[in-house]
Amino acid sequence: MRVTVIDYKAGNLTSVLKALRHLGAEVEVSDADLAPIASAERIVLPGVGHFAATQYLDSTGLAAAIHEAIGRGVPFLGICVGMQWLYAGSTEAPDQAGLGHFPEQCARFSDSHEKVPHVGWNSLEAKASSRLLAGVKLGEFVYFTHSYKAPVSADTAAITQYIEPFASAVERENVMGVQFHPEKSGETGLKILRNFLAWERQGMA
Amino acid sequence: MKGVQFVDLIDAGDPATQAARHAGEGADEIVLLDITATHEGRATLLDTVRRTACGLFVPFCVGGGIRTAGDAAQVFEAGADKVSVNSAALADPNLIDAIGRSFGAQAVVVAIDARRDPNAEDPVRDAEVFVQGGRKPVGRRVVEWAREAEARGAGEILLTSMDSDGTRAGFDCELTAAVSEAVGIPVIASGGAGTVSHFTDVFARGKADAALAASIFHFGISSARLLKEELAREGISVRLPC
Repeated sequence: MRVTVIDYKAGNLTSVLKALRHLGAEVEVSDADLAPIASAERIVLPGVGHFAATQYLDSTGLAAAIHEAIGRGVPFLGICVGMQWLYAGSTEAPDQAGLGHFPEQCARFSDSHEKVPHVGWNSLEAKASSRLLAGVKLGEFVYFTHSYKAPVSADTAAITQYIEPFASAVERENVMGVQFHPEKSGETGLKILRNFLAWERQGMA
Repeated sequence: MKGVQFVDLIDAGDPATQAARHAGEGADEIVLLDITATHEGRATLLDTVRRTACGLFVPFCVGGGIRTAGDAAQVFEAGADKVSVNSAALADPNLIDAIGRSFGAQAVVVAIDARRDPNAEDPVRDAEVFVQGGRKPVGRRVVEWAREAEARGAGEILLTSMDSDGTRAGFDCELTAAVSEAVGIPVIASGGAGTVSHFTDVFARGKADAALAASIFHFGISSARLLKEELAREGISVRLPC
């Protein structure tokens, strides 16, 4: 299976590439070049850092190319900021629009006595219907590091509790996102990546 | 429910083998500290990082001898998720900003070695910061240095109590709480672990977000898994390995 990983110059890709290769994927890294997106079989958009970094996706035309690929039914997985980009935007960079595939806005955790960023292992409550999270039992832990998060909505595939309940995974057909880092989440994370690599459009062989 | 975290320091045997074993037994994070960190040692370190990272799918932090953002870049390239900086950041605090700018705040851990100062007005908040394994004071106070590190973009603080380190008499909970309450980023407590109750103590009284369990094998608990099982029985939220 071939996976196109988009390098939009937001942090270190090494761990994501390593995990995908470990699972037997043939990994292709793509930056400003649109050709690999046009022929992609699966797309992963990783990303740690600031939401403003997604500006690169607009300025290079990658956003439009990804939009088109998603429309063709190509399975897409956004990780961390890559998940947040699937939404309309984030209060972290109000002038930078997201893809808008999911209509909600991402926002910073509310003020509380708890620390922000949310760093460390926390548990998942996955929706039974989620294909990305198939086999993930209630309370399995995954690794997070973030200050902004997506709200719980109809497309939420898993909820995690920190300060308030937030969407730790989102999924609608071929478009999926995880706020946590599956590449750093031990066996649970590898199981989720394996599910993504095995994802086929239902009704197809 | 967020769990308390355990950071395993790999200090014996082949790091790649050790790290895989610790991760399999439930370590939540692996820290590799290269204590030699000489110029000749760098190539060896990078090779070790590469081999250790290869089969590791939990957060991996590497420290020792990282003096420039370029050094950090090589370590990230080799497969580390975070770097830990200590004396080089004290010598030039801009190092924290520089690494954070390129790799994100989550990738920079500032390690602080501190010893209570009985002559200070507040011996705990004004604990002295040391380098060279606690031999040399640098004229900084623990809380103000931790705050500066945070302001410059550190993602976490790894706090070692020089008073407690090696004693197995328990973490310095007052010191840990003073730092943890002064900053908004996670604080990993280190130094003094001897029993399971020392861990429950540092998470409750010490307000630690994580604890370093380096010498866990030295005090009769054979693995992170057993320690976590004991803590789970005490009602503390921990991630148990599959």
